[in-house]
Amino acid sequence: MMAQTITKATRESFGEALCEMAQSDPDIVVLDADLSAATKTSIFAKEYPERFVNCGIAEANMIGVAAGLAAAGKKPVAASFAMFATGRAFEQIRNSVAYPELNVKIAGSHAGISTGEDGATHQCIEDIAIMRAIPGMVVLNPADHWEMKEATKAALRYRGPVYIRLGRLAVDSFNDPETYHFEWGKGITLNEGSDITVIATGLCVLEAKKAVEELLKEGYSVRLINIHTIKPIDREIIIKAAKETGRIITVEEHNVIGGLADAVCEVTSSECPVPVRRIGVYDRFGYSGPAKELLDIFGLTAPNIKKVILEELKK
Amino acid sequence: MTHTDKKALEILALKARMGAIIGTFNAKSGHPGGSLSAADVFTYLYFKEMNIDPSNPSWEDRDRFVLSKGHCCPSLYAVLALKGYFDWSELEKLRHVGAMLQGHPDMKGTPGIDMSSGSLGQGVSAACGMALAAKMDHKDYRVYTVLGDGECEEGEVWEAAMFAGHKNLSNLTVIVDCNGLQIDGTTEEVGGVEPLDTKFESFGFDTVKIDGHDFDQLEGAFSKARASEKPFAILMKTVKGKGVSFMEGQVSWHGKATNAEEYKEAMAELEGKLRDLEG
Repeated sequence: MMAQTITKATRESFGEALCEMAQSDPDIVVLDADLSAATKTSIFAKEYPERFVNCGIAEANMIGVAAGLAAAGKKPVAASFAMFATGRAFEQIRNSVAYPELNVKIAGSHAGISTGEDGATHQCIEDIAIMRAIPGMVVLNPADHWEMKEATKAALRYRGPVYIRLGRLAVDSFNDPETYHFEWGKGITLNEGSDITVIATGLCVLEAKKAVEELLKEGYSVRLINIHTIKPIDREIIIKAAKETGRIITVEEHNVIGGLADAVCEVTSSECPVPVRRIGVYDRFGYSGPAKELLDIFGLTAPNIKKVILEELKK
Repeated sequence: MTHTDKKALEILALKARMGAIIGTFNAKSGHPGGSLSAADVFTYLYFKEMNIDPSNPSWEDRDRFVLSKGHCCPSLYAVLALKGYFDWSELEKLRHVGAMLQGHPDMKGTPGIDMSSGSLGQGVSAACGMALAAKMDHKDYRVYTVLGDGECEEGEVWEAAMFAGHKNLSNLTVIVDCNGLQIDGTTEEVGGVEPLDTKFESFGFDTVKIDGHDFDQLEGAFSKARASEKPFAILMKTVKGKGVSFMEGQVSWHGKATNAEEYKEAMAELEGKLRDLEG
């Protein structure tokens, strides 16, 4: 029987997971920069007010405070919008958290074009690239409610700096909580196939899944891989796909520079060079509009993904 | 403070200054000017003020120190060596490939360093985080951080000051080494950072202004900091390059090492002062 679909933004799943972990781990503290209602750390703040630190609209200081808390033995989670967490506070993350390898989790909400109406200033399409470039930083981009809950819990169990990307838009779950297993650094093959491989991350996984399911009905053999851990990336699953299918398409709600596409190409170019077609944001800023419309316009939903797969299959 | 105590601190501070000159000379680089202006406060903190155990650098209940102006680590390293955290000979390898003592403090590799620092403005935020952790855990350890006056041009310093005031981190003491000079000139010409006392006060701090080379005044300031129910800022007037006459008040000695001749001259002056003190 198929698991029941839950329609929820991953930021909310993240907030719930923080509370569940905090029950048994008194060292977990959560920091926010006046966006707790939006990042959903408000769920934690309500339940554990004594362990919630609102830092005000001062992201650079928030990351530094988180570093100090970690140096004194706490397990801080610092949340803001992806743009401000990874952009404004980049150097604090680099020098005060990552260089000393402090146990700080950074959560960036409202990532990608699906931030919607707020427009370009708030639609962060560079966070994965920025965080991936920092030595030792782990980068997670979970796709649905169940995956976000497990990924958040895994991040809190892991000792060291982690960046978790959260979405604003409510998305349908596609994983089954009964069978879902989150394995650190491991991609998940959602469909075996031999003609081509689609590798997707975040909310694009569900869109890619819809596209692939249609193509399967039409008789094509398409492999689909969900990459929730962008760094360290699952080299094995990529090399295997490159060798067995000979052609890859990546799908991400991020600039095609520096994100999933590049992470995949870094593996294939040295291990098994194959053509890689990149679906993502083509080095441009977004603009205001409803999230779903923008995702369509930017070609990140099932119809365009299907079209691109077909184009590649015919090559 | 007794005369003997004061003399002992003065001797240690002179040795710390020598360590800073030895370190930067051997590294052929580094920052002697600010290391010398802050040498007395480092000495006071580690030999008089802080509750620490050099044989157990990661003791959970220890007082913490963050050198927010991380480039002035040469004299801090010398103080840590004098305190017994590591061997004095490490100073000769400062900034060398594979050395324990990095160009800026590295908490992972150097015993006694509580926080990695070097990018200005960041250390004070980390110190706030440590002070907050103590409050959350109902522990009574204290947290100290030294900033440069030029460093106070960084916006993050004031984000942190607002945070410390708002959360009333009364266990936090911020020390500003007001030597009046930064790379491109005087702090007055370059950034216009003064007045610092009213700035910190408006963010919820108690403050005191002292001569940062006078151990009696340092003792008075730290005792006021302990008594205060607010976060506390010690604004200490210092001389950049203090103790080496040809470096004193010279902006050119912010970030360069002595050559062989200058090294001899600097060490001869410091050794002479040490002989006078030790009688």
